[in-house]
Order: sequence, then C-alpha cells, then structure tokens
Amino acid sequence: MDRESYIQLKLFANLQNFMPSTADNFAIEAGLTIGALLAQLDIPEDKIKLVFVDGVRAELTTILDGGERVGIFPPVGGG
Amino acid sequence: MNADAIERILRHAQPKEFPDHTSYNSISIRQIAQLSKAMGISGREIEIMALEHGAVPERYARNMKTFSPQDQAALLKACVSVVGLGGLGGAVVEILARIGVGMLNVIDGDTFEESNLNRQFLSSPSRMSKSKAEAAAQRIKTINSALEVNAYSLFLNAKNGLELLRHSDVSVDCLDNLKTRFVLERLCKQLGSPLVSAAVAGASGHVTTVFPDDQGLTLIYGEEENVPSKGAEAALGTVPYSVTFLAALECAEVVKTIQNKPGLLRNKLLVADLDDGVIDVVNLC
Repeated sequence: MDRESYIQLKLFANLQNFMPSTADNFAIEAGLTIGALLAQLDIPEDKIKLVFVDGVRAELTTILDGGERVGIFPPVGGG
Repeated sequence: MNADAIERILRHAQPKEFPDHTSYNSISIRQIAQLSKAMGISGREIEIMALEHGAVPERYARNMKTFSPQDQAALLKACVSVVGLGGLGGAVVEILARIGVGMLNVIDGDTFEESNLNRQFLSSPSRMSKSKAEAAAQRIKTINSALEVNAYSLFLNAKNGLELLRHSDVSVDCLDNLKTRFVLERLCKQLGSPLVSAAVAGASGHVTTVFPDDQGLTLIYGEEENVPSKGAEAALGTVPYSVTFLAALECAEVVKTIQNKPGLLRNKLLVADLDDGVIDVVNLC
C-alpha cells in the first residue's frame, strides 16, 4: 500500500486556495481514500459535498489507485 | 375560423431564402401583429399556426436549421417558469424570449441594487430599487410582444410555489441561495414537472436537469437539512461570464426538455471553471 502514484487534481471555486502547485501530477500513496486525500490537502471534510473520480461521483471512502482524475467542488449556490 | 385564419396567414407569407439558398415562406413581425389585431388571436397563436402550416415567422428563421417547424411550435406552446431574476435569470429570460418560448412566468421578489450591475442583464442604473420581475416582463415584451408573460414580484416559497408553478412545463432554477433551491425542487416533484438547475461561484459553476423521479439536488449538495444558506459565492462573488455561460447551458436543457430531445444532463452534472477552461460532465449516480 505504499506505492507512489499520481493523480490529476482539480479543485473548484474557493477550494483553489488549497490547490497544490503539483495538482496536475499530484503524488499519492496508492490505496489512499478520498477522505484521507482531503486531510492531506487540509480541506475540512464538512466543506465538501461533491467529489468526482474519472467523471463519476465518488464517496469519502472511495479508494484511489493512481492515474485518476479527481475533481472536488464546494457547495455553490450563486445565481 | 381556423381555416380562414390559416389561409390569411399563408396569404401574407413571402418566399425567402436561407443563407444556404434553400427556400422558405417567411412571415414578418409586422404581419403577425396585423393579423393578430385583425383576427383577435394572440401573436403567439398566429406564430404557431404559421409554423404548423408551412410558414416561418422571420424572427425564428435562424433557428430553423436546428429546429424543425414542430420543434419551434413546441417551444411556442410551452410554459416555462424562471425562478430568480438575477445573473442567471436575466440571461435565461433573454435567451428563452428570443428563441421563442411562448409563455414565461418570471418570479423574483427582489429589487435591483448597484452590485447587480456587473452581471445582471435586466439591471441598469435607472432601475435601482425597481422590481426584477417587472423588468423581466418588460424585457420579454420588448423582445417579442407575441409572447405571454406573467410577472410575480414574490419570493417563491413552499406556500405560494404550487400556485405559481402550476401551469409550468419546465422550471428553471436561477436562485441565489441553496435552501430555496430545495424548496423549488420539491415543488417541481410534487407537480410532476422537470427542473433545470444551475449555480455559480466566482468563475466556477454547474448545471443539471432533474425529472420528478430523479434523486436530484441531494446528489450535489448532500442532505437538505445540512445545506448552508449560501455557498462559495459568499466568498467569491459572481462574475458575468460564468453566470451567463451557465444560463446558456440551462436554456439548452430547457429547449431539449420541451422538444423531447436526447442528451439531457439528467443524473449528470456539467461542471465548469472558466478560470482554467476545465469543463467536465460527471455521472451523479
């Protein structure tokens, strides 16, 4: 479970403040959950309602193997 | 009466050519207004009759290579409620009126303020403190007096919503807070009508279409009781290009829904960030 892998990370709206400079090629340990990824990025879990992995809605328990595209959206309600 | 009306409409139609040199029978705004007055039939009904009998109202000529006459007539027969008349709603009203949605309910209890001017097409310095719903109704009538408009200077809620949305074939969520979005979704589900919903913060936003049996907004925002009133827009504000972009996408969903076309964003969310040009379609379930 300690293989180093890479994901492509995209943080939307005001989460851009948490965006690492290496977001396009972000190193993770394979087997990392979305919840653990949020912790690693210092993003409070309760701020997040929508995460998607390779274009499919994911849960905090979804496991990343590396190679995925991960998008994270905070709640937005403006109009 | 009807046969006579159709005969009169067709008599007024003039042969014209599309830019690709294919021909059609065109009927002008002025002729539609004259026929409406002479026959005591609404302009909207004249436009529908024209389309169903081989004439094209000239104002829709550039739609007609994308829509069939039946598609265009379906828009003119439809009633769409636009809920919220700020950045999203102002652009949605503009597009739906121009494309030819026949009946528009415009709903917003708010009035304009200066901070609206960066993005809200219905706002102008002369309209400060004036009703957004009244401004929308005026704008629609300016664009196309053949359309039917009901303006409600009211904030939609669980009590007044069923009455306001009763005749609506599709509702468009252009609201600016999260709580009322869930109220609107519940009302649409109760009425058995589809909802197109978009939301924006800064240069980011998303859009989806919810049919009555779909899970809908909880897939985006989580459970209703845990949803905050405002989202990231409280920190980021809203810029005009993102809100107008999302409004245009909402209109495409409205049109496809009315015309029963494939490709709807049902159980899907189109997400966009115009800062870096990322656009993706996410499967929500």
